[in-house]
Amino acid sequence: MPVITMRDALNQALREELQRDEKVFLMGEEVAAYQGAYKVTRGLLEEFGDKRVIDTPITELGFAGLGVGAAMVGLRPIVEFMTFNFSILATDQIINSAAKMLYMSGGQFKIPMVFRGPGGSAFQVSSQHSQALESWFAYFPGLKVVMPSTPADAKGLLKSSIRDDDPVVFIEQERMYGMKGEVSDDPELLIPLGKADIKREGTDATIVARSLMVPLALKAAEELDADGISCEVIDPRTIRPLDIDTIVESVKKTNRAVIAEESHPFCGVGAEISAEITEQAFDYLDAPVKRVSGADVPMPYAKNLENLAIPGVAQIVAAVREVAYL
Amino acid sequence: MANQVVMPKLSPTMEEGQLSRWLKKEGDTVSMGEPIAEIDTDKATMEMQALGNGVLRKILIQEGESAPLGQVIAIIGEADEDINTLLQSAPAAAKKETKAEPESSTQADQDQPDAAATLEKDTVAKDAAAPKDERAAQSEATKPSGRLVVSPIAARMAAESGLNLSNLSGSGPGGRIIKRDIETALKEGAKTQPSAQAAPSRKASGKTSGAPAQTPDISGASPYRDVPMSEMRRTIARRLVTSIGPVPHFFLTTEVEMDRAADLRKGLNEIYPEQKISVNDIIIKAVAWALMENPDVNASFQDKVVRYYERADIGVAVATDNGLITPVIRAAETKSISEINSEIRELAGRARARKLTPEEYTGATFSVSNLGMYGVDEFTAVINPPEGAILAIGAMAPKPVVRDNEIRIAETLRVTMSCDHRVIDGAVGAQFLQSFKKVMENPLYLVVA
Repeated sequence: MPVITMRDALNQALREELQRDEKVFLMGEEVAAYQGAYKVTRGLLEEFGDKRVIDTPITELGFAGLGVGAAMVGLRPIVEFMTFNFSILATDQIINSAAKMLYMSGGQFKIPMVFRGPGGSAFQVSSQHSQALESWFAYFPGLKVVMPSTPADAKGLLKSSIRDDDPVVFIEQERMYGMKGEVSDDPELLIPLGKADIKREGTDATIVARSLMVPLALKAAEELDADGISCEVIDPRTIRPLDIDTIVESVKKTNRAVIAEESHPFCGVGAEISAEITEQAFDYLDAPVKRVSGADVPMPYAKNLENLAIPGVAQIVAAVREVAYL
Repeated sequence: MANQVVMPKLSPTMEEGQLSRWLKKEGDTVSMGEPIAEIDTDKATMEMQALGNGVLRKILIQEGESAPLGQVIAIIGEADEDINTLLQSAPAAAKKETKAEPESSTQADQDQPDAAATLEKDTVAKDAAAPKDERAAQSEATKPSGRLVVSPIAARMAAESGLNLSNLSGSGPGGRIIKRDIETALKEGAKTQPSAQAAPSRKASGKTSGAPAQTPDISGASPYRDVPMSEMRRTIARRLVTSIGPVPHFFLTTEVEMDRAADLRKGLNEIYPEQKISVNDIIIKAVAWALMENPDVNASFQDKVVRYYERADIGVAVATDNGLITPVIRAAETKSISEINSEIRELAGRARARKLTPEEYTGATFSVSNLGMYGVDEFTAVINPPEGAILAIGAMAPKPVVRDNEIRIAETLRVTMSCDHRVIDGAVGAQFLQSFKKVMENPLYLVVA
């Protein structure tokens, strides 16, 4: 199977879906002529033309709303935010229009669109450009939220998101665009939304991790394995709707749960998962559910401080030891 | 108009029933006469039927729970009517049996927070059943310093294996007792105080019974497991205490030469090979014959009178997984040996499947219990009150006997009769045994009876 980068995997997904359905189109800042700020959309303008790949002005609220309107008349827009930090400006359209249109119209208008782009930390881009906003969007009924952690997951999940008839917030990770992995070139290989993936099987502790934290969790599991502690690493892949059943089944087996995320702890996705684990697997817990989250501060600019603000392998290992009383 | 469904009296001796299985779910439509639940009575599992049409709106008693007669166990009504007044007037849920496996107990805990709360109040357990909410029970056994700090999984494991948490020290933060502490304790075969509240599930009992085999250090009391009593077992216990205590038993033994009876059996099985007549069938017939010859033995102490029965209704003891039950062969004196054989076979089969009706296992006038197939030479049986006597049959064995001044080998059988001295005197009982022995040693008497 070909080994490609996350960037190229996303590119393939976009290309294949643009080829498959002419109602799909792409818009965002620098997506066309510039080939994409992170080159995720490289070569698409050339192949599909400027009616399918559209450069927008720097107007997130505007082009998000434009996308909603296009979706309402039957098109399938993919709206790129250069980073999800800029989506904050567009939230009125994402939340008040896209999320609610199906419900408020009594089912008359479906919104088959995808809002995609990188979220979370990057490399010294500081407070306003390092935010992990998935719990914001996951808060609203009417939105789906997806976060891939491997190139294969990214491609399969993006294709499913584009084919989904609901608005999907698809959050990539800039630090992971260069990550390499095996990806099938089968244009019909989809990964279903709402299904978690057990990235590593284990028996002594469950680590739930998403996006950037997945490779770190896997490294932590290897380190702990050397000490005889066997960790099960679960990547939910879709944040909303959450596959809590897979997580609960795992906790019933291991009796311990650690959640690793780069987002702030308060009202984060980890808090939601922790609450659901406690509700559904209380009698199986040997220790309270532990969250390893990003520091509860605006992201610092200084490199050393930035490193301290994002969880690393050591913090995940320490958390597992804590819940295992080792 | 919604109706309360109450625990019905499904057998004459039934005082409470255990809900074995619901056949309908909340929300299902039921029609009059349709079975809606299986209820364990003292002897058998019976179906309970709906007494009206409607929708099963609310189930108030869960599978495994017991309730006395007359307690409200469900509500049937229209799909949309308000049943709150009926619900409020229904008394609080009854005590539970901890038969459930650990997995299902978690689900049940979530579904019935109210039941668990009333359970804490109702811990007057008549039986050995434990409160479902083990954490409530364990919190009573606190350390001198205050609360017992235990992780949920550790608490459950301790409850299931009957470990007393206050004997353990926790290795977790703040002295928290954690899963590892329980695992260590079980491996070392930690001694438990005979906690009347411990009732491990089938899964956990495997652990405790496995522990002694592994531990090299055997001292103190033996580990044990407590199994909740089935209705049948409790009834046997209750009834037999009203037998051997108050009933003045005396015992008569005689040895019967069985050669002719054995020949009769052989001969009958040659004629009717499918029937497979056994010695026991011949014994039942002989007992019936002897009862007709000695009607004073076919008696029952009835406080102010002695009751003498006209028919020989013989209770035949059958061992089932749940306990001993005695299906009755009515008017055995009028039935042929093959009829007796067929009836015993049919009744015993249904007894083991817990499908006997009360009329089929109550009201015998005399009982027979046979432990011969287990190699028991002779034994004394306990009378089934209110009967007057019971005959205990041992194993057939070849023995040397003196006949015509010569030593022969004969197949012998030792039988012991237990009699209620209030209605049967020694001589009366002995005469019955003589009759029984006479007909067993000369089965031709059965032909002229």
